Amino acid sequence: MPTRNIEITNATGLHARPAAKFVEIANRFRSQVAVHKNDRMVNGKSVWDMLTLDAAAGTILRLEVEGEDAEECLEELTELLRDPDNEKNV
Amino acid sequence: MEIRKGIPVSPGLAIAPAIVLDSEQFRIPRRSIAAEDAEGELERFRGAVEGAQAEIRELREHVARDVGEELGAIFDVQDALMTDNRLHEEVRELVEREHYAAEYAVSTVLKAYARKFLKLPNRYMAERVADVYDIEKRLLRHLIGAKRETLGRLTEPVVIIAHDLTPSQTASLDRSKILAFATDGGGRTSHTTIVARAMSIPAVVGLQTITADVSGGDTVVVDGNRGLVIINPDEETISRFQETERQFRRMEESLGNLKDLPAVTQDGHEVALWGNIEFPHEVQACLARGASGIGLYRTEFLYLDREEDPTEEDHYQAYAEAIEALQGRPITIRTCDLGADKFTHLSGDYDERNPFLGFRSIRFSLQHIGLFKTQLRAILRASVLGPTRLMFPLVTNLKELRQAKMILADVREDLEDEGVPFDRDLAIGIMVEVPSAALMARNFAGECDFFSIGTNDLVQYTLAVDRSNEQVAGMYTAGHPAVLRLIREVVQAACDADIEVAVCGEMAGEPMYTVLLIGLGVHALSVSPATLLEVKKVIRSVTMDQAREVTDKILSFDSDREVDAYLSELTRRLLPEMVV
Repeated sequence: MPTRNIEITNATGLHARPAAKFVEIANRFRSQVAVHKNDRMVNGKSVWDMLTLDAAAGTILRLEVEGEDAEECLEELTELLRDPDNEKNV
Repeated sequence: MEIRKGIPVSPGLAIAPAIVLDSEQFRIPRRSIAAEDAEGELERFRGAVEGAQAEIRELREHVARDVGEELGAIFDVQDALMTDNRLHEEVRELVEREHYAAEYAVSTVLKAYARKFLKLPNRYMAERVADVYDIEKRLLRHLIGAKRETLGRLTEPVVIIAHDLTPSQTASLDRSKILAFATDGGGRTSHTTIVARAMSIPAVVGLQTITADVSGGDTVVVDGNRGLVIINPDEETISRFQETERQFRRMEESLGNLKDLPAVTQDGHEVALWGNIEFPHEVQACLARGASGIGLYRTEFLYLDREEDPTEEDHYQAYAEAIEALQGRPITIRTCDLGADKFTHLSGDYDERNPFLGFRSIRFSLQHIGLFKTQLRAILRASVLGPTRLMFPLVTNLKELRQAKMILADVREDLEDEGVPFDRDLAIGIMVEVPSAALMARNFAGECDFFSIGTNDLVQYTLAVDRSNEQVAGMYTAGHPAVLRLIREVVQAACDADIEVAVCGEMAGEPMYTVLLIGLGVHALSVSPATLLEVKKVIRSVTMDQAREVTDKILSFDSDREVDAYLSELTRRLLPEMVV
């Protein structure tokens, strides 16, 4: 199962708009997306879940994507998380 | 039993069980449904989501266009939260397994998320709780909004308790079952007031917390005469209230005999006693209580509660109706007094720190000349239908009066050119309601035909007291010696210049001040129809010499307490049967 650890580096963390964007991207794929923060795991396809994850700056998230289009999905999500404030992403 | 004090805006007394409406915080009934209704409830939920999302998207477009794409995008998060499967799954769970009604399920799920958000250590995320509340509010509005229609089918008489009634709420109410209104917000010109007065039922507004204080089904007394709301009154209070109501009726009947008698003192001095109105149809109520004319027609109601400015024809129709109903009796039409506590869609555009000292009334008219001219044209055109006078509100300096008169001259010229008839001798007056105008009354007297003293604003500006602020409302009294001296100054200036002076504020309608005002030399009192007969009774009970004597005595006092104590005692002597 494609898995990746990504550090949230921007000052405001994974705030509401990029979180919503993250979910929007995740929902474009058929794969399941699990997002881990320490010992918590949430559904990467739910905005409610992602917001309560509260990923502040410095948080390391582990993404686990499972399904036929998992690789591609993980690529796109990684790109977003590396630069969540990028106009292109937000 | 609890008693709350607010602003009385429509007189009368009522007692009935309460219905609490609230546009923001819905009271969610803990309602269960039958298992077979689950699909229907979920259908309602999906409908609410669709409706709420349509609103959000519209709002988003609007904000993006007006403020910028950046801010508009904020709504995308709410939009996404409502589409989100998680919300739909959790609501489904509660509806199918727990048999919750849709609104109860939505409220339960969203409240749990709100709590979760509030606990987040990241302040920015915790603030997202506002989005959660906003979503809840929108969904509930759709879910319960439809249920509200049951208010259109009330089975027993009720008192309506609300934050501040909105036009859409009142539109759906079954008016025949509503005995009174009591609201948290609002003022003398709020929508609630307009509706209550139009329905002739008691209303108390500005109660601040009444929607929280009262639960649906509580028995409440609404006293629109004194501005009181009594929650769950005890037996003794109920019987006292019923006795008061009987007394009130008895007095009404005894005063009814006065209706056709003139408002003259015992020594034959006549005082013009007029009514104050907001709507043309109120002329009838004034005449029914023996008014000899209308001393104050507040025209701003033509501008309120509507999306677009009234047309010249809207104005004209209203004035014509009032003038014709008066059958030759005089009417004083005050030009638009918008701003401060009265807003239209237009004046609402200005955000003011201190609205009572801000952009309102004649100041507003002089900046919106198109709007002002439309009104002046209609008044001039209507002036041929009966004796009409024109009055400008809140005039503060001579320049404003001169500007207003110049604009009027323009309008007259236009009508002249068009061959439209109007009364060429139309009298022009000002409301004296700002201390500067009172102090300059001698200068104003040379440039207009009459004064009408607006005591509500004069008291507020002289004493620097906002009476809707309960912390200082106790300081608000027309009996303050400073106010009385200003009134004396205005009356003397008018008498010296040989122009007429009236009083049209609430002070004129309080029987306690009647003797004082006629003693000062006021020619006319313009009052709300509710107190017209009481005022007439006081006028008919004294001679001018007695009134002057009382006035001299009162002007020697140096505190409002002495003034009010003396006048209360005097009124008790003159009107022993009055309900105080």
